[in-house]
Amino acid sequence: MKMLRFGSLTGPLLGALWTFVVAVTVAVAMSFVTGEAFRPSLLWSLLFGGLTGFVLVGRGHMRVVVAAFCVVYFAALSLGIGPVLTGNVSLIARLAAALFLGVGIGWPMVRFLEDLPMGALTRHEFEGAVIMALKGFGYIFFTAIVVIPFYVMVMTSLKNQSQLMQNPLDFSIDLSQGWGLFRSYTELMTEFNFGSYMWTSFYISVLTVLITLAFAIPGAYAVARLRFRGQVAFSRSILLIYMVPMIVLALPIYIGFSMMGLRNSITGIVMIYPVTTIPVALYMLQGYFRGLPAEIEEAGLMDGLSRLQVIWKITLPLSLPALASVSLYVFMIAWNEFLLAFMLLDDPSKFTLTRGIASLNSSEIPRQHLMAGSVIATVPIMALFLGLERFMTKGLTAGSVKG
Amino acid sequence: MSDIGPPRGAGPLARTEARLAWGLLAPTITAVSLVVILPLLAIFWISVKPVSLSDLRAPEAIVREDLRGKPSVAGDEATLRYRLRNSSPKSEITGVTLTDSWPVGLSIVGDLDPRCTVSDEMLRCDMGDWDGGFRDTLTIPVVTEQAFFDQATDVEASPVKVDGQASFVLTNGDFTFKNFVSVFDGGEFWSVLGVTLFYTIFGTLGAMIMGLFASLLLNHSFRGQGILRGLYLFPYVAPVIAVAFAWILLFDPFSGSANALLIQMGVTEGAINFFGERPLALIMVTLFEIWRYFPLSFLFILARMQSIPTDMYEAADMDGASPFQQFWYLSMPQLLGILSVLFLLRFIWTFNKFDDIFLLTGGNAGTRVLTVNVYEQAFAVSNIGAGAAVAVVIFACLLLFSVFFFKVISKEEGL
Repeated sequence: MKMLRFGSLTGPLLGALWTFVVAVTVAVAMSFVTGEAFRPSLLWSLLFGGLTGFVLVGRGHMRVVVAAFCVVYFAALSLGIGPVLTGNVSLIARLAAALFLGVGIGWPMVRFLEDLPMGALTRHEFEGAVIMALKGFGYIFFTAIVVIPFYVMVMTSLKNQSQLMQNPLDFSIDLSQGWGLFRSYTELMTEFNFGSYMWTSFYISVLTVLITLAFAIPGAYAVARLRFRGQVAFSRSILLIYMVPMIVLALPIYIGFSMMGLRNSITGIVMIYPVTTIPVALYMLQGYFRGLPAEIEEAGLMDGLSRLQVIWKITLPLSLPALASVSLYVFMIAWNEFLLAFMLLDDPSKFTLTRGIASLNSSEIPRQHLMAGSVIATVPIMALFLGLERFMTKGLTAGSVKG
Repeated sequence: MSDIGPPRGAGPLARTEARLAWGLLAPTITAVSLVVILPLLAIFWISVKPVSLSDLRAPEAIVREDLRGKPSVAGDEATLRYRLRNSSPKSEITGVTLTDSWPVGLSIVGDLDPRCTVSDEMLRCDMGDWDGGFRDTLTIPVVTEQAFFDQATDVEASPVKVDGQASFVLTNGDFTFKNFVSVFDGGEFWSVLGVTLFYTIFGTLGAMIMGLFASLLLNHSFRGQGILRGLYLFPYVAPVIAVAFAWILLFDPFSGSANALLIQMGVTEGAINFFGERPLALIMVTLFEIWRYFPLSFLFILARMQSIPTDMYEAADMDGASPFQQFWYLSMPQLLGILSVLFLLRFIWTFNKFDDIFLLTGGNAGTRVLTVNVYEQAFAVSNIGAGAAVAVVIFACLLLFSVFFFKVISKEEGL
């Protein structure tokens, strides 16, 4: 490591690696957006990047560098050399790629290297530059792995079978179709009954949340606040039940429901779902209740409230944020639940959304329908989450992280 | 003298409190034992029963009644016919009796079947024992009277009642250890266990390392941090069925974008069947598991990180610790607790995971883990007993893990 701690070595090394990362990113992104042939080149990346790194160590005026890089990479793309190689792609695509390369390489490289001297580096300087580069890579990497599947999902749902077969990379969409773009969605809603599946999923999830809270709030309060023999054993067994695999339970539940005639009924599903979520909810809530100051409740008791009144008038209003996050989490579990719905529901009029999507998975149904169904199931829960993300982060970790 | 001293035992207040606690817990305990404990006991019971999917319906005596001969005027002859059958091909039904109200306006011609009697307008037959797959037809020659046409009697209208004792495989005294023998027999179980362990260990570790990396990225505030955090939660929040199908399409060997991309970039010559080739499919499902659950680790680790006081880092900075040293000697020891809890929790959950592999490969191409094996045995091979036996094995492993888990968590959380 010590050998590397010279600006004249660190700079080119980081430059080469970073240039390759950006080259791959730009090539993948441009391929996905335009469907045209973009290809990163390792050798060219090392050459260009090494040079970049060497030039930029300890200096670099941001705007000048970025502008210069854009021009250089446009020239390189046009000449068919450089970190990203293309065939005969359109001028606009080439301009966009050059812009991305110029900004994507120029801006971060200046930031990475501006504080480095040419000669020997201190440990701080060296690690600072490396960490910045690693972070940059991390942002690109995580964003890519999260966005690509979702992008493929949405774009596939907007295309048709023959377009998909022709060029699997071409996700450009033809805006001139207007509303025709959403053909898969309208077909799902009209012919495949997805509207009713959505409604079923929605009210099953809401019922699950309500029932879960009705069971979990008193239970969590008892575990968190009241002293009784078996308290520790009980809170442990909640966790233990939380860990029992669903498939182990699904088998006897399937048998039992078949015999009782509850299979294929919404009632059966509404009976099962809350039980799978009660342990989680109870565990999360008891963690939160424990964190509330007991003195307020004691004051309430002294003023003549009964325990139940204390829960209703003091504890619950204080734990509204936790209730919100638990509700959100339980809603998500019920909305996304697949195994039980898949095993217990056979009647298309009673399908939940996930079961409905599973029924689309056949060779006769075009796959843009499958993806449109997936988008329909994903978007509401994502929207809910992004809107209430703050609650979620707190609630999920409330039960098991102590400050 | 001996009654002076601190109170011993539970006082009345403590007793009221305990009573209230149990009262508050009662609904949960009831619900959970109905849906968790009862099925678990059932699994143990079924695992020692020779039961397959078709045995789930108890054998039934089935009777169809009709009148043959199409009588049109009084005095026509006809045949009252009962077609009898045992619904189960294997199990016998003993002591079958048949009762039916005698149709108005019909009278018997010749001798009645010796097994049957007619009295008080009721037909009663003692049909004896029926073997599995038993079929018979009971015919009674009759002649019609005017009343039959006056009242427009429909012989099929009155329900036929049949009784009999059938032994139902789930409730009788037959036990077998064949299920367990078939589970452990042959090399399959050990390869399944090996696949499960690979999937679990690498899936857990991978998700935790990715989660740690992601939380290091977001552990300082900048513009757009909230959006990025929400975005990184997407794999975990989206329905598994949606993201699993998205992956399948993305990595499709014929028309998947990933293959097209790799070919275009010159990484491979031909298309790769990501979810269909032997070692690759297992790696892919493990990657999927890592991808899907790194957000959870990331949430937990980030929450812990943000609770580490910043003055520690300031002090370290003053002392000249480099960023890596700060991470390794300050952050890591602080995070060790949550990391170990998370590891065990994720380990158990990954071990129990079913949906992901079931949707991605259906357990083919060397990705069959224990949970998928339960489903395969019970529903694909329709041997419910063997499926239950695998479930019992899973449960045993789970108990083993949870012993470790509670050792660690009681140290970390004082639970």
